[in-house]
Amino acid sequence: MGWLPEPIERLLEVALVGELTVVGRNGRPVTHPLIPLYDGEKIYLHSSTLFSKKLEHIKRDGRVSLALTDPVAMKGNRDRATIQGTARVIEDDPHSDWERLILELWRAKEPAIDDFLKARVALPLFFERAVIEITPERALYWEDGNTDRAPTDVRAPREVAA
Amino acid sequence: MTTAIRSGSVPAHDPTTADFERLATYPRVVVSWIDESGYPTSVATSFETDADAGTITLAAPAGMPIPNDREINVTGSHIRPQPGIGYDQRRYLQLWGLVADGTTLTPTRAWGWDENETPFFEYSERSVPQSRRYLAALSKEKGRTIRPRLSFFWLALRTTRLPFLSATAVPVLLGIAAAASDGAFTWWTALLTLIGGSFAHLAINVTNDIFDTLSGADEANTTPTQFSGGSRVAVYDLVSIRGLSWLALALFAVAALIGLLLVAVTGSLTLLWIGLAGIIVGVAYTAPPLKLVYRGLGEIAVAVGFGPIMLLGAYVVQTGRLAWEPLVLSLVPGALIALILFVNEIPDRRSDAEAGKRTLPTRFSPDVIRTGYLVVALAAFAVIAGGVVGGLLPWPTLIALGAVPLALRVHAGLKVHYDSPYTLMAVMGTNVNLNLAVGGLLLIGYVAAILVMQLVG
Repeated sequence: MGWLPEPIERLLEVALVGELTVVGRNGRPVTHPLIPLYDGEKIYLHSSTLFSKKLEHIKRDGRVSLALTDPVAMKGNRDRATIQGTARVIEDDPHSDWERLILELWRAKEPAIDDFLKARVALPLFFERAVIEITPERALYWEDGNTDRAPTDVRAPREVAA
Repeated sequence: MTTAIRSGSVPAHDPTTADFERLATYPRVVVSWIDESGYPTSVATSFETDADAGTITLAAPAGMPIPNDREINVTGSHIRPQPGIGYDQRRYLQLWGLVADGTTLTPTRAWGWDENETPFFEYSERSVPQSRRYLAALSKEKGRTIRPRLSFFWLALRTTRLPFLSATAVPVLLGIAAAASDGAFTWWTALLTLIGGSFAHLAINVTNDIFDTLSGADEANTTPTQFSGGSRVAVYDLVSIRGLSWLALALFAVAALIGLLLVAVTGSLTLLWIGLAGIIVGVAYTAPPLKLVYRGLGEIAVAVGFGPIMLLGAYVVQTGRLAWEPLVLSLVPGALIALILFVNEIPDRRSDAEAGKRTLPTRFSPDVIRTGYLVVALAAFAVIAGGVVGGLLPWPTLIALGAVPLALRVHAGLKVHYDSPYTLMAVMGTNVNLNLAVGGLLLIGYVAAILVMQLVG
């Protein structure tokens, strides 16, 4: 079961975009706006092989953070959160793994994806995708997005972090 | 033969004044760094830019001091959700640098994407080399070949560019109609002609893709559309060049077998020569040493192939002889199908020039190309009118003049959309429809003429 506080789960459930930050080459932070999906325990992001540098970074160092900051992309919710965790890339079969793992979650958040899938022939490489599975380990939370106050800092229970 | 691999997406660069101006349009930025535990951490905050000083002043977030001993990432990101559709206005910009006093960042590197500047489809095409590199590395990692895939149906459709078969159907059906108006029609040889011509067309499509991939023309093209830029199955590694070669051979073999059967049935050596000429023109279109389209002769090759060769071939199958009527008639689809190529080359002109493919739009100004289009399109209609006046074409074929407005619409569209590959797609579609409309109306004219002849006598 998940341990993230309920206000952060609410953000994850509506966010159309979150900023995923990975450890790039030379230890530099690199940020990618992506649509986050959440199954109540893990956070899932996904990436086409076209834009796969982030996957290379994660495979080299799985430590990541996901920031949820934009009220426009979160149905007006002004709260903010940053979730740190460890990511792994699932890509045994980039053609179909992602459909099995996250299509339902994706469809629930972005129903228009079915229209894009029908046009798979037009953009075949866009639909060769890897799934990024994040196990949350720490969460920072700013109620009403107010960063003038220090965030609430919550850590995963020991058994989850282990 | 190796092809040049272009760089993927927009490369990172030194920050410019434009980057500072772009960043200033975002309501907030996300500031990220690698924390003491080695994890990235991020916080959103407000900011001000000073392009002259080359600095970004960040509002200090409470309880999370921004470190000044390591590189910081500042990202501005925006989308506009469109319920039920998805989203648009996607853009983001990130800058890296060191923070001097806890709030003042001096960026030294920038990278980003704005779909208003680089449309998503172009951005994707620019990233194809990254996908290929990634899948090659993944194959090595997994110890098995991992390639992109499509279902058989869609792959076959894309590889052969099946929808373009309308270009074959129009002249073949017109050739059969012209023969029928002369009293010669056998349904099964007519059907075989259509099938054989279609296989030849598909074989030529695949052959052209092979040579355009090997020359680098398709890979250099980062703004392909559904009408231009080739099938791209080899560029995407959906099919290997070897696979395409076998497919082209198989398609040619079927076309040749049907052609030989028709030669045997009709006993016409003329048909044999027409078929051979068709294959030579089709292959020489992109294949060395002639590479006709690379020399600005593509339109003539297409006009000959889809005009006299296809239409006269279909006529000869039915009648066993050549005649002036089908030759004059063939000038119409020949010209209009050449114009399809002509317009479809417009969005490809920069990458074509880069690959040494000196098509007409790479050689002449937009004004010359637009005027050339109008002259040839109107000439095609003049052939119909002249053919009727001269007694070579039946008078009901004048109905095809009803498609003139479509040609004018394409000409007008070329004025507006010449430099925009994606908005030009609608114009390219209208241009394809022009050929179908003229072909369809000519067919109706022939059917009407045949019916009138039967009624009269």
